[in-house]
Order: sequence, then structure tokens, then C-alpha cells
Amino acid sequence: MEYYFDNAATTATRPEVAEAMASYFTESYGNPSSIYKIAQKNKTAVEKARGQIAAAINSEVNEVYFTAGGSEADNWAIKGVAESYADKGKHIITSCIEHHAVLHTCEYLETKGYEVTYLPVDEYGLVSLEDVKKAVRDDTILITIMFANNEIGTIEPISEIGAFAREKGILFHTDAVQAVGHVPIDVKAMNIDMLSMSGHKFYGPKGIGALYVRKGIKITPLIHGGAQERSRRAGTENVPGIIGMGLAAELAVKELPEEMPRLTALRDKLINSILEKVPYSRLNGHPVNRLPGNANISFEYIEGESILLLLDYKGICASSGSACTSGSLDPSHVLLAIGLPHEKAHGSVRLTMGHFTTEEQVDYVIQELPPIIERLRMMSPLYEEILKNKN
Amino acid sequence: MQYSEKVMDHFMNPRNVGEIEDASGVGTVGNAKCGDIMKVYLKIEDNIVKDAKFKTFGCGAAVATSSMATELIKGKTIQEAMEITNKAVMEALDGLPPIKVHCSCLAEEALHAALWDYAQKNGIVIEGLEEPVNDISEHEEIPEEE
Repeated sequence: MEYYFDNAATTATRPEVAEAMASYFTESYGNPSSIYKIAQKNKTAVEKARGQIAAAINSEVNEVYFTAGGSEADNWAIKGVAESYADKGKHIITSCIEHHAVLHTCEYLETKGYEVTYLPVDEYGLVSLEDVKKAVRDDTILITIMFANNEIGTIEPISEIGAFAREKGILFHTDAVQAVGHVPIDVKAMNIDMLSMSGHKFYGPKGIGALYVRKGIKITPLIHGGAQERSRRAGTENVPGIIGMGLAAELAVKELPEEMPRLTALRDKLINSILEKVPYSRLNGHPVNRLPGNANISFEYIEGESILLLLDYKGICASSGSACTSGSLDPSHVLLAIGLPHEKAHGSVRLTMGHFTTEEQVDYVIQELPPIIERLRMMSPLYEEILKNKN
Repeated sequence: MQYSEKVMDHFMNPRNVGEIEDASGVGTVGNAKCGDIMKVYLKIEDNIVKDAKFKTFGCGAAVATSSMATELIKGKTIQEAMEITNKAVMEALDGLPPIKVHCSCLAEEALHAALWDYAQKNGIVIEGLEEPVNDISEHEEIPEEE
């Protein structure tokens, strides 16, 4: 039995989505740019999927451009604006808890003469509108703040930042890879100019994403070539991926009214039970303004990879912000940004639930996790000191 | 993380976890900031390591190398114990992923730190043994990510 608690990393493709995609591999394989019937049929199917994506975020259909994933969408939005608006200025505002697809893109632009302000966050991971306002300069061309954080699940004040950016006439991009299909999004009401998403984060396939670009915004293409995507993103369309992502978005948004409260209840049950059962543990991220399926907890005196290995032995798939799982000496930049000292960041575990998570599975984690923490603590020289000092 | 079966065995069923009340030598290396701390206890009689125990804060490889290092040192003379290198610990575990090699260095250093403590307490000099360096993991070179 597998207990999948890593839905923020990727999700299982829904069976009905995989089924809808299947015929586009073997039967309806035509290139949408060709003129014969099987190709034209695909062009229609791609446009239908574009409509499904637009409906999911309340944009116009022709404001949606398909990409190969969330990272490409982030790269395109930021580099595209940087290049086409360079005459206006070279200053970008972002936060220090962004996904690396945004952070490393900004760092790259710094090597090309751009200036980037990395806004701090509070202890819950929230960006403050006041900080955004203070960071704005005459030469600011872009504000890019994530919709919701992938590690700690904190949902940012997107509407407030959007309203401010619109008023100032500064472009506003949001990396909504963790948010689309999980919380309501309305690009019009929230004054979002550009938004990145990724199919496999909401039960669609991997290798497909989209960038919403509000009508009238000119951004330089990232991928040059053919005239696909209205000449803004070249390359033969990933037809099965597009069909899958479109259907997955439609289903996710349709089910939001039931899924949000269901997952929120499961999340809070998991968080509260673990915090209650395990001493020296704390919740990372905002207690209320957080993604419905995200729980991120730090356990003091032990290290995250060890926890993951023992969870894996029990069939539970999870992730950690420990350095040992990141491939460097430093733990997660997000956990450090919310003020966690290194040692507490090393002992973090992220458990992310989704469409296929059941209450029985949550109960199983609540049962199995505390003894794992206890077992590792009994092995820890740091915990030994705590126990001795207590006695 | 691609761990060998031996590493997983020593992580899941670590040998010699615990403390020795009247240890002849105790050594602690690493730091919490880097995510690894190893504490090794040795019981030495007649120049022979009669018992070894450890407590470790760290990843799977940190626990497994502590377990293997304490296994290797038991029953050895002090001079034989000095010859246990990080390479020997790694080989006994059928290898470690490149990013985890520093855990085996920490294990070797923990053994040396415990031996140093023993030597200090007894006013003896162990050939080839130098004063342990704290926080060795901060000076480790991390292989480039692929």
C-alpha cells in the first residue's frame, strides 16, 4: 500500500484525463498546423482545451499560451518582460521565497544588468504590500510574487498586490503553479497580468504548462521558430498534454467547492494531531492562509532525510526541506526566510494531500509518524542533552 | 537517494546505538547547522576497544556510517582503530552517493575524537592521532550537482 503525501511535487494523472489523452497519441496524431481533417480536428481540440484553461482562471481564451511546463512559463514571463520593457527600466521586484524557476531566472537577469529586489517575508511566509510599495522605483518594470508557496503552502496577498501594481502601471506576474486547481483564481478580479501554471500539479500530465498573458502585453518569445501559439511560442503543440491539462483544469475547478473544505479538514486534522502528539514540533507557514492540502512541520533534534526514509519504509511518500534532500549544505531557502534556524529547517517534513487522499490515509500517517520521530530522537545526541537538562 | 542495501540495513537497524556510562573516551563532531552531529563512546581496556556506542543527528548516511564505524572499531587495538579510515567505512557499506561521502569523513573523525579524548584522559600519545577539528563538515567540499 502506498500513502502518497507529496502532491505538491507532482500528482497522479486522473484516469479520465489519461483516457482522454490516449487517442491523441495513436489515432488523432495529426499536427494541428496541417490542413487535412485529422489535423484540423486536433486544432479544434487544442482550442477547446485553451478555453478550459481560460475558464479556470477567468481569462480570455486567446490570453492563454501553452508551454512545456511551469518553469518555462516563469522563465518566459520574466525574461520576456525584461527584454521587451528594458527601455522603460531594468528593475524587478520579487520575493525571497519564490520557486527556483523564478529566483534563478531573476539571478540570471542580474548578470545581464537588471536589478532585482528580493522582498523578505514574515514568520508565516507572507509578503507585505507595504514592502512592495516601498520597493517600487521609477524604473520598476515587473512585480513577480508567487500565488502560493510550494513548501509551506502560504497564500500570498495577490489581490492587494495586483490592485497596487495596476494602479502604478507596473506589470504583475504570479507563479500560480501550486494554486491553479487548488484555490479559486480570477485574473480579472485580482488584476493579474501574467500567470504561470503546470498541468501535473492538478492531476494533468507532466511536460505541459501555460502562461496567461493579458491582452496588450508584449513579451519577447522565449522559443523562436514556427507560428504556433499566435507566433509567441514556437514548437508543434503537445496535443495529448494540452488535451489532458485542459480537462484536468476543468475537473479541478468544478470540484473546488467540495475539495477545498474536504482537504482543509484533512490538513487541519493532520497538523493538529501531529503537533499534539509530538513535543518539540511546530507548523511552518500560515495556519489559515494556506493551501488546502499542505502541511509542513519541523521536528526539533532530528534530520529530515532520516524521517523520509523511515516514512518510506512505512509506505508514506513525503518530502523535506533538509539540506540532505536538497543536494547542498543549506536547508530550504523558504524555511530560512521565515526565520527558522538551520537545525529546525533540517528537521522539516512536508506532507501534501490531494484529490486521491482519504481520511484513512491521514489517520495512518497520524499513527505512524510520531513513533518515527521518537525513534530518531532516541538516536540523537541533541535530544539526549534536552532530556538530561530536563531531569 | 540511491543507497546500497548495506547502508539501508545499517540505517534501519543501526548497531551500537546508545551511550556508555563509564566510557574511556567520548568524541563529538559536526554541528547542527550543517545537519550532522555524531557522538561516539568508546570503552577501552588493555589497549583494546571493548565496546563502542553512538548517537547521531543526521541523514540516513550519517546514521549508517556511525553504525558501521562503531562496528569496525570494536575488538581492535588502538593502533588498529587508528587505521579505520572513511574509505574503509564506505567500502564496508558498499559505497555511498557522492554527496554523502562527507558522512563517512565525519564517522572517521568521530572515532578519532573519542580516541583523542581517551588519550587526553590517560596522558598517552597515540601515534598518528591529531586533535580533532570541530565542524569539519563546514570545510567539506561538496561535489557539484549533476
